[in-house]
Amino acid sequence: MQQIISFLYKNKLFILFLLLEVLAIIFTIQSHSFHKSKFVNSANFVSGGIYNRINNFKEFLLLKEENQRLSEENVYLKNLLNISDKDVVELDQVAIDTTNYRQKYNYIGAKVINNNYRKNNNYLTINKGSNSGLESDLGVINSKGIVGITKSVSANYATVLSILNVNSRINAKLLNSDHYGSLSWDNNDYNVVQLLDIPIQAAVYNGDTIVTGGKSTIFPEGVPIGIIKDFKTLNNTYEYINISLFNDMSSIGYVEVIKNFDKLEIKNLEEKSTNE
Amino acid sequence: MNRENINSALLFIGLILLQIILLNNINFLGYINPFFYIFFIFLYPIRKDDELFLILSFLLGLFIDVFSDSGGINAAATLFIAFIRIPVLQSVIGKRDIDYGAETIFKLPFPKMFLYVVILTVVHHFIVFGMEYFKWSKFDIILIKTILTSIFTIILTMISFTFVMRKR
Repeated sequence: MQQIISFLYKNKLFILFLLLEVLAIIFTIQSHSFHKSKFVNSANFVSGGIYNRINNFKEFLLLKEENQRLSEENVYLKNLLNISDKDVVELDQVAIDTTNYRQKYNYIGAKVINNNYRKNNNYLTINKGSNSGLESDLGVINSKGIVGITKSVSANYATVLSILNVNSRINAKLLNSDHYGSLSWDNNDYNVVQLLDIPIQAAVYNGDTIVTGGKSTIFPEGVPIGIIKDFKTLNNTYEYINISLFNDMSSIGYVEVIKNFDKLEIKNLEEKSTNE
Repeated sequence: MNRENINSALLFIGLILLQIILLNNINFLGYINPFFYIFFIFLYPIRKDDELFLILSFLLGLFIDVFSDSGGINAAATLFIAFIRIPVLQSVIGKRDIDYGAETIFKLPFPKMFLYVVILTVVHHFIVFGMEYFKWSKFDIILIKTILTSIFTIILTMISFTFVMRKR
């Protein structure tokens, strides 16, 4: 017993080193699994607060770009309004009965206060958290297209798993047909992502638009992603399909978080079917 | 609290803020961000059996990780170079018995000091990028990033050394 204690005492520095190193490796492994990284992330109180302050300065420099994007979106929405006006008249509808409508998605506005796009696993931090009704696994978009999926959530902040993350898999489809695939990133260029698992029957041309598919409960169907840049076929399968994003991932300002009211219902139903 | 402790605490906080506010956003040549925060390891006084130093190095790395959402990568790398610091110094000087307490790397001749900084920096960066990619197929990218980022970090470290030395 005494020998063990004296051995431990002699090597206490090495044992301390080993313990801390194992702890660091556990943190690293946890950060790769989707839900487990609880406190080593930038959504916590201290880092969220500091990033918020830094962002207040940065925002000032980007006001012009942000205004332009908003005005583009305004023009688009105003055009949409005009279209629906005409429809209403044509259908000869007197009043819209709101009880006939059901809201499926709720959009929550948020601001990106930290953005990574140069690393292997990129995350964004946004300034809304569980106090605003956010939870993990919600889609994040802006007017140009998808941005990512929320991961860790604290009271006032949340981290977003960017589409520029090698762990990210988002359901996507071709706009002009119903062939589905999943979106991933090979971490070469932050404006180019890859579409995987598209069957060879799907006719693919350069310049085709890619949108989100409705197969997941995270994103609504038809949120724009990007256009096909180039692709290569090998042994009767698509070896790769490169997609250039509509969004400039290096400059993301305001985003909307999508909450799906039917998520629980769909999840429960699917669980029930698999259990039977 | 003596003067040395206060200086170390200020250096600790200052380097974290410098790293997360400024250096993580440089993106030189597209993707090079120096990890200048390991300057703490070079400047911290050399003592025998210093458990506090290991814990501080671990925390320093962990703070950087929290701010850059990288799990425990920086903590692991910083802790590792903190642990091998004295063996590396011994082999650079070429003798096993270091005069603890009086030893600072400022007293070393320039080539030896430079070698010491280069070894620790390259080891740290290699661990960081190795753990970030963690794939044999990405080994070329890991090496290129390690070398380019190390050059940047070493230049910053050397510039800062001349400032610190002038102050003394």
